[in-house]
Amino acid sequence: MLILKMAWRNLWRNRRRTLITTTAVFFAVLLSTLMSSIQLGMYEKMIDNVVGFYSGYVQVHQAGYWDDQVLDNSFEATPDLREQVLATRFVTEAVPRLESFALAASDEKSLAAQVIGCDPEIENRLTQLQEKLVAGTYLGPGDQGLLVAQGLAENLKVGLHDTLVLLSQGYHGATAVGKYPIQGLLKFGSPELNNNLIYLTLPEAQYLYGAPARLTSLALVLDQGTQAPRVVKALQTELDTAAFEVMDWRGMMPELVQMMEADVGASYVYLLILYLVIGFGIFGTVLMMTQERRFEFGVMIAVGMKRLKLAAMVVLELLFINGIGVLAGIGATIPVAAWLKANPIDLSGGEMADMYADYGFEALMPASLDPTVFINQASIVFVITLLISLYPFFKITRMDAVESMRG
Amino acid sequence: MNVIETTNLHKTYEGAVPVKAVNGVSLQIEAGEFTAIVGPSGSGKTTLLNIIGGLDRPTEGEVIVGGQDISKLSNNQLIDFRLHNIGFVFQAYNLIPVLTARENVEFVMLLQKRSRAEREARSQALLEAVGLGDRMDNRPTKMSGGQQQRVAVARALAPKPKFVLADEPTANLDSHSTANLLDIMANLNRQEGITFVFSTHDQRVIDRARRVITLEDGVVVSDIRREENPVPEA
Ligand SMILES: Nc1ncnc2c1ncn2[C@@H]1O[C@H](COP(=O)(O)OP(=O)(O)OP(=O)(O)O)[C@@H](O)[C@H]1O
Ligand SMILES: [Mg+2]
Repeated sequence: MLILKMAWRNLWRNRRRTLITTTAVFFAVLLSTLMSSIQLGMYEKMIDNVVGFYSGYVQVHQAGYWDDQVLDNSFEATPDLREQVLATRFVTEAVPRLESFALAASDEKSLAAQVIGCDPEIENRLTQLQEKLVAGTYLGPGDQGLLVAQGLAENLKVGLHDTLVLLSQGYHGATAVGKYPIQGLLKFGSPELNNNLIYLTLPEAQYLYGAPARLTSLALVLDQGTQAPRVVKALQTELDTAAFEVMDWRGMMPELVQMMEADVGASYVYLLILYLVIGFGIFGTVLMMTQERRFEFGVMIAVGMKRLKLAAMVVLELLFINGIGVLAGIGATIPVAAWLKANPIDLSGGEMADMYADYGFEALMPASLDPTVFINQASIVFVITLLISLYPFFKITRMDAVESMRG
Repeated sequence: MNVIETTNLHKTYEGAVPVKAVNGVSLQIEAGEFTAIVGPSGSGKTTLLNIIGGLDRPTEGEVIVGGQDISKLSNNQLIDFRLHNIGFVFQAYNLIPVLTARENVEFVMLLQKRSRAEREARSQALLEAVGLGDRMDNRPTKMSGGQQQRVAVARALAPKPKFVLADEPTANLDSHSTANLLDIMANLNRQEGITFVFSTHDQRVIDRARRVITLEDGVVVSDIRREENPVPEA
């Protein structure tokens, strides 16, 4: 209690110094949290883009499919399986797909395309596919036409109502050939998707590939993306793992995870520099403070205060100063981050935008309000404070009263 | 009964030229004494007081305080020993700046883990005894040098020490404050039987002592006792 009171009052003794130190911490926290918040916001957006609009957080496949994505590794879609998956906690939808490659041929050209057989209505719940439609009509049950990505259509020099022939190898080596009218054009932000995708209904795809009732994947929609690992675990115990594999997006897209991790690593370097600068600034004032108060510390030790107690008081002072800075910094970041989350920075037109487009992301930079951002930065400042505290701590625990009180 | 007993104390500061700050001092100080240690600058007064007070260790010799050989104590034990047995008054800047007069007096009692009631009663009584009953809630920066030294005396007495050591307590005071502080110390000595050992250069302070020990080059050159405790000036 005593040292708490003294520590608190000592803060106000050299107001200017306290203010400068607190302000330094404040800006460090503000900058670093904002930076992390925007970075994480970008990732959340990327993940949303890729996971939310395409792969789903979790997928169920025939065992071995992900490593060897061929039709022979498809599985039979029984109603039981679907029920079982939908009964799993956090799973709100299971999107069936039969995916393969085909040569798409128009009168003029033929190009490789990724062909996805889907349930148009369920697919829409995960990928909002219908919103990508820029011309024609969306698939309905029983429709026999194709939805072709705009870029692919342009490359094939075809338009709405033209005809495409799809040519491929079907299930168990059967020949797959079909002729389809184009009933709609889709526009994707990602060039990769925009130059490759063709959608048709699941029964049509199963017929084309000679794989009735078979699927290559069930993509799961979760009500909380963060629960993906738990869903994977639950399904792995629920399903026969000899027959099925259950993967979350991290497992399916290690490159994406790697890219984000590398990016985080790079930003750590900036943060490190920022914290080094601030850290040394604080260290300087701590050095000065310890020096200036030597006599006073000497008197306290002389009259009977244990050095450890005295050191604890000084460490408490630093924790107070930095605590105020951290709280103020986080307090100031939250509204800014909230605003940036609602009004993301638009990068379109810039160099970054192209890079983003290459990865298939929208060129927006929103912030994240994930509490871990704030907790992480606060913890880092806390650790730095403790590190800096080591100096007065060791100085005081070795202090000699007579020595300190001599001129 | 001796509260302080030193035998053949030596303190040598090593260096290019070793300094024998204390060079064979044997002393006995009894309970109730009002003793001045005097001598020219550099004669070893501070060094001697620091060793007696357990702030410094002798190079050689024995220090027995209240029957206990303090040279055998560890650093932390020494801190505790000082807390419970010795009151200190230094030349200046005795007080903790962020604490009020009363809190400064209570500080040592808090370290001793005395009850709140006892701390409050004792700090008030002591501050009244040094004539600062109306200044208890002032911080040191709001007090004169003389007032600060009086608070320091009150703090020194707070832990109920066996004796009070004061190293040039009046060195920074004007003559009026010096006389005032000496009056207070002399009264506490006479009425409460508090043992004071103080060092000084000041002849007016020396005149008030009942025993005057003179050091020169770390050696006691005279030790004079006077029967009468001089009457404080009006
Ligand atoms: N830490 C130290 N290292 C080296 N020499 C020291 C140290 N402390 C004191 N001395 C020397 O020891 C001698 C005695 O010093 P001390 O401070 O005890 O004298 P003093 O009588 O208190 O003097 P003053 O009246 O000036 O306060 C002096 O020569 C001083 O320079
Ligand atoms: Mg001295």
